[in-house]
Formats: sequence, C-alpha cells, structure tokens
Amino acid sequence: MSALHANMELLRKLLVGFVRDEVRKVGISKVTLGLSGGIDSALVVFIAAEALGPENVHAVCMPYKTSNPESEAHARLVATACSVNFSVVPITAMVDAYFDIFPDADNMRRGNKMARERMTILFDHSALLRALVLGTSNKTELLLGYGTLYGDMASALNPIGDIYKTQVWQLSTAMGIPAEVIEKKPSADLWAGQTDEEELGFSYRQVDELLYRMVDQRLTRPELIAAGFEGAFIDTIYAKIQNSHFKRRLPVIAKVSNRTIDRDFRYARDWGK
Amino acid sequence: MDFTAVLAQIKPKLGCVSDNLTLIEEQITNAQDAGADLIIFPELALSGYFLKDLVPEVALRTDSPEIKRLIELSRGISIAIGFVEESNDYHFYNSALYLEDGAIGHLHRKVYLPTYGLFDEQRYLAHGESFRAFETKFGRFGMLICEDMWHLSASYILAMDGATTLICLSSSPARGIEGDTPGSAAAWQKLVSTTAMFLNCRVLYSNRVGFEDGVNFWGGSEYVAPSGESIVRAALLEEDVITVQVAEGALRRERIISPLMRDENLFVTMQELQRIAEKRRG
Repeated sequence: MSALHANMELLRKLLVGFVRDEVRKVGISKVTLGLSGGIDSALVVFIAAEALGPENVHAVCMPYKTSNPESEAHARLVATACSVNFSVVPITAMVDAYFDIFPDADNMRRGNKMARERMTILFDHSALLRALVLGTSNKTELLLGYGTLYGDMASALNPIGDIYKTQVWQLSTAMGIPAEVIEKKPSADLWAGQTDEEELGFSYRQVDELLYRMVDQRLTRPELIAAGFEGAFIDTIYAKIQNSHFKRRLPVIAKVSNRTIDRDFRYARDWGK
Repeated sequence: MDFTAVLAQIKPKLGCVSDNLTLIEEQITNAQDAGADLIIFPELALSGYFLKDLVPEVALRTDSPEIKRLIELSRGISIAIGFVEESNDYHFYNSALYLEDGAIGHLHRKVYLPTYGLFDEQRYLAHGESFRAFETKFGRFGMLICEDMWHLSASYILAMDGATTLICLSSSPARGIEGDTPGSAAAWQKLVSTTAMFLNCRVLYSNRVGFEDGVNFWGGSEYVAPSGESIVRAALLEEDVITVQVAEGALRRERIISPLMRDENLFVTMQELQRIAEKRRG
C-alpha cells in the first residue's frame, strides 16, 4: 500500500546538494549537529559528511544521566562510520541544577528542558566552531508537532524536514548507516523504555501513509476513508497537525505599522546569497 | 540557417545584480570565444528567482547601464536573457530580452505568472500582454518565460506567428522524488518535446540550477529538435554550459515529413475561439 517510495539516489543528491549549497553560500564551511544515537541525526550526519567532507562536520552527543547508554554507543558508532568529529557533552549537571529548584516537574517539562539545553550547546558550538547548526526533525515529527519548540526543532538548516520517517529509513539503508541504528525502535530517550510509537499510539509507517495522502496528495476525508483509513485516526492526526501549527511558524507579531516583518516585509532567507 | 547556440545553465545569486552581471559577461565572452552565435540564459538570470520584496530593488530599465552593457556585447553574439524590468509607469515585469547586433531585437514580458503552490509571482510582478514572434539572424523566433510554456496557446500563437524556433527561459524548481529525475523535470521534458512535435518547432530550453531557501532548481537545459527528439541535454542539478549545433536541414525535413503547421486551420481556430469568447461575455 505504500505511496512513499522514493528514488533514493535522487533524494540523496538533492539533500547532499542542499547542505553543500546552503552552507557554503553564507561563507561558512562547517556544520554542527546533535547526534543522539537515533536514526534521524545519523542520517543527517551522513548527508553532511558527504556534502562537506567529514572534517567539516562536528557531531555532539549530549546524554543525560537517564539516557540509555546504548544511545551514546550508537552515536559513537555512527560518527566513526562516517569519520566526522565527535564529542560528548553531558547535560546532567545543567538540567539537574535547574530542577533542584523545581523538584516536582513532570516528564514533559524535564524532556523539554533537556531538548532546549542541547539546543543551547549546539548554538554555542556554532559560535565556537563557526559552524551552522543542522536540524534533524523529519516531516512526520514536524507535522505531528512531536518535538520541542526552540529545542530539537531549532536549527539553521534542516535537510530532512521534507521527508517522512518511512523515507528516513529508506535513505538510511541506501546510505549505509549501521544496521543497529536503523533497526532499533525510535525513541526520544527522555526516560527509560520510552518509544515514540508507544507514546504516539500508532506506528510511523501507519501515520506516514496517512500523512502522505492527506498533506501531499490532498485527499479529502471521504477519499481517505475509501482508501481504508479509520475516521477516528484521520481526525486525531488532523487535530495534531492543526494544534501543533504554532510550532512551525515564527512568533506572531502584533501588526501596527505599514510594514511588518514576515507579513508585508518579505524577503527570502537567502537574500543576497 | 545553421547556427551554434550555447545554453548557459548558471546559478545566479539572489538579489545580486552586479555579481550576476559579472558571471553573465564571463559566460558571454566564453561562448563568443568558442565561436557560438547565440547564448541563452535562464529566467531572471540577472536577479535570482524568489525575490519577493526585492523586486523593485533589482529591477532594471531597458536603458539602464547594465542592459546597455549587454546590448553592447550583443554586437559579438546574440543574447537571450531574463531580468526584472521596470517600466516608465513603474510596473515590474518578469521579462526576457533578445539582443542582437547591438540592439534590442525583442522584449517579452512573462504573461503567465504562477501564483500557486510554491509560486507567488503575481503578488510582486505585473503580467505581460502579448506573444509575438520576431525576426533574428537565425530565422523567426518566439520567446517564452517558464510558466508561459505550460499554456498551449502561448506556443501555438508564436508558431502561428511564424516562429520556427522557440526559446524558453526558465527557473523551474525541483519537486517530486519518485522517479529517476525530479517530477517537475520529467514533466518539463515531456512538455518541451510535445510542444516541439505539435508545432514542428525546435525548442531551446534554458533552466537554472542552485538553491534558494531550500528550493532546488534542476537544470537539465536542452535542445529539442522539431521532431520532439531531445538532441542535447545539460546535467541535472549542476552548473553546466552546453553547446548545440542547430541544423536548418532538420527543421526543413521535419516540416516536409509532418506538415502539421502547414495544415493548421487558423480560420477554424479563430472562429471557434471567437464563438467561445462571445458565449463567455454572455
């Protein structure tokens, strides 16, 4: 039933070309990114290494004390496989210092704080290394809002934001990412035993089939039902997209002048590049 | 007559007219040194594509120093090039110039400004109001800018106006990753080939490359013979410059083998379009 089959050679060329062109045109030769041990950041680091040469890519693994030790081992494995620079910056001290003040904080607050802690480290590395921060959110996560605003969603350039998780798997296989990283269950690794699919309540493959038809092909609700999707599932996903839309936009600015940023003051980001 | 054309598949910088002019002059010199008769640049080669509010900043009058410089260069080689044109009444057009022997041979203002999907042209630009064929040293030409070609009537009018060569200047974004080439590239190749075949015209298609805000322009500039056969195609997704030998004999033979244009009934077409127009007016 999959409608998500893509030409991996073409996709690889486009994404590698994207990183090369968009990084170099701003007069920079390096990138940095967080390497979690999961598949999304593994794919991005492979793409970056091919685009800019591994010597120009700096991957940072940022574990918290509850992170699965396997994650760091996988991050190291991936970094070694594509020969990029690799360092480990644990976030336990910073995160714990904060939650000593708020010991009752729940998992969501703690998870968001961790994601944002990592973001500050990456942007500090951006200044340290004169490197752009690469994002690693895929299209599935971005559409579902399954990410932390100003945390893992923050970046300068995101090579994989227009490909679904299913396609991330396909491209990862095509690019030779170590099998254990491809085969393991996706997890935000915020607490022990967490998996994305359990938390979301559906599988990525399932939701990607729906998202592709709903978003890319613009099928209507009756058409989706005729294609075999359950009404309740369609409604849940539609609501998730709608309710997370704020995460995909710049902060809303109160318009008072004749020319407001991003409303009637419109320029491409690549202005002058 | 036979002639040599160069399709300059360049990567303009967004909003940087002077840098782009330098790049363009370099390409013109190279083509001229190599003995080419004509060089064709992509749509908005002087400015880049996703201009948005930059449109008035990068716009050039046809009597601006930049355009005068290109007109001067056309003494050595004919030039087709895309830019943002500023008119006397301060309208801004997505325009293409055909320059030859130190003069403007033709100015085409893009008629069909795509404003859907990733396109937003009509917000920033005024649309042209004519399709006219024109005489060149190499026969009668018609000029189209990108989206223009997706409207059958545009190429049809030019062919009926006597054009036997269509040149299309393009900034076509890549999208669709299912096939061997980007979906938009495959669609364009079909379009160019079919247009050539239906109208017994040769087509010279010049598309740009590079990225703007994550959007890729796929290149693949090509020369398609009047039979619809692609004779030379430039690289996909990379800067490239291709030289094509355009043979008059191929055009003559094609028009003998399949004289569709000879048999095209302009009277019937006009009569039916007139009827439809009257019906629409009510």
